[in-house]
Amino acid sequence: MTPDDLQSAVLTALSDVAPEADTATLRFDLDLRDQVDMDSMDSLNFLIAVHEQLHVDIPEADWARLHTLDDLVAYLQPKVA
Amino acid sequence: MAEFVMPSLGADMSAGTLQAWLKQPGDAVERGEIVAVVHTDKADVEVEVFTAGVIERLLVEPGTEVPVGTPLALIREPGAAATPAPAPTAPAPAPAAAVAPPVPPAAPAAPAKPQPHLLISPSARQLAAELGVDPTTVTGTGPGGRVQRKDVEAAAAAAKAAPGPAAPPAAAPTPAPAPPAAAPAPTPAEERNAAMRRAISAAMTRSKREIPHFYLGQTIDMSRALAWLGQENLRRPVTERMLHGALLLKAVAIALREVPELNAVWEGDTVVRKDDVNVGVAIALRGGGLVAPAIHRTDELSLDELMHAFRDLVSRARSWSLRSSEMTDPTITVTSLGERGVESVFGVIFPPQVAIVGFGTLVERPWITEGQILPCPVVTASLSADHRVTDGHRASAFLAAVDRLLQEPEEL
Repeated sequence: MTPDDLQSAVLTALSDVAPEADTATLRFDLDLRDQVDMDSMDSLNFLIAVHEQLHVDIPEADWARLHTLDDLVAYLQPKVA
Repeated sequence: MAEFVMPSLGADMSAGTLQAWLKQPGDAVERGEIVAVVHTDKADVEVEVFTAGVIERLLVEPGTEVPVGTPLALIREPGAAATPAPAPTAPAPAPAAAVAPPVPPAAPAAPAKPQPHLLISPSARQLAAELGVDPTTVTGTGPGGRVQRKDVEAAAAAAKAAPGPAAPPAAAPTPAPAPPAAAPAPTPAEERNAAMRRAISAAMTRSKREIPHFYLGQTIDMSRALAWLGQENLRRPVTERMLHGALLLKAVAIALREVPELNAVWEGDTVVRKDDVNVGVAIALRGGGLVAPAIHRTDELSLDELMHAFRDLVSRARSWSLRSSEMTDPTITVTSLGERGVESVFGVIFPPQVAIVGFGTLVERPWITEGQILPCPVVTASLSADHRVTDGHRASAFLAAVDRLLQEPEEL
């Protein structure tokens, strides 16, 4: 999967959870939870959506360390390659 | 013949707008079946019927605002004969000044003009309004042709892609003077937000005016609960993970069995205890506002069932697809503001309930265990209670029970 495909899949998952978020203006280098006002339920739904898109389970401990979309894409890249 | 009336879906709801009928005369309905969508200041709500039978007549047309208690339809119960002609019904309650009267029940020799049976989810209807799409022109792809959000989005996209009207003839050489600038009309989202603020204002003002609140707080050691939850989630697929919020809800629900006077509503000038524990969950909506629908019989659900119900409720609240019983049945409310680091929340009781429980964020604090100071994850639980109903001693017992239950998470 190319980096662009991976980014696209992640944004699709995010749109499922926060349909009002404008993914075109999201910054990949800023805190994702702050940008889309995610609470714990949103986070869980996002992880489920990522799982459905990419078949990757992100453990809670790992998710706690992933703050930005850049972090997330870098984490997922070797798992979907 | 049973009447299906405009329900009261909130403490200060005086009227609602019948948005759509999901059943037509002659349709059989089961108890608990959704038959209509009602628009209130806080949400579009799918309204269930609590009488099984056959829809005899629809008395109110979609788009009509009527006071709470107004008969909306007549339901012929099993064994009852169909009425040969529309019978006059009891007069509706006097409508409020700003509220349109219901369709006069005695007038229609042709009862309730049949409406096109448009199956559409409330969230899709809301989206259609926001996007300027006429929902009756949208082809539904959901079950039974139900129009879903994606159908509305597709219709909006198709309309945008369609060629616009032919260019008008050349304009007159002298342009008309520009009209004076007018204030921009509020968007549907702004109108909805304003209506919700009004509804919240009314309920909270009534609460502070009528209910003598008192407040208690307790810091709870969450180390055992979080350790147990971490182990549980490690062995579960992501789709079955639990949030610690599910443990908090279950602990509150079970603690209410020990202090049942908090699981109650205030009616007239007395308290009425409720047999079922229906915990209302305060859910922040995107774009502002909140709702607090119930998870029915919270104390009887397993943690897995509770987590499923919790997730479903949040999802439907945020897509404006709540049901009437979820709005009317809470016997207590739980609110959590921990997502942004708030440590304590002392809520305002939502009438007619008599208590609200608050949870703050999980934080690490120095904690003395067996003579040693150790870091410990803790949460502050608070209780706002009605002093007409209970006192500090019993309220303390409730918070102590929540604490004790969270020390044995495997038993929840």
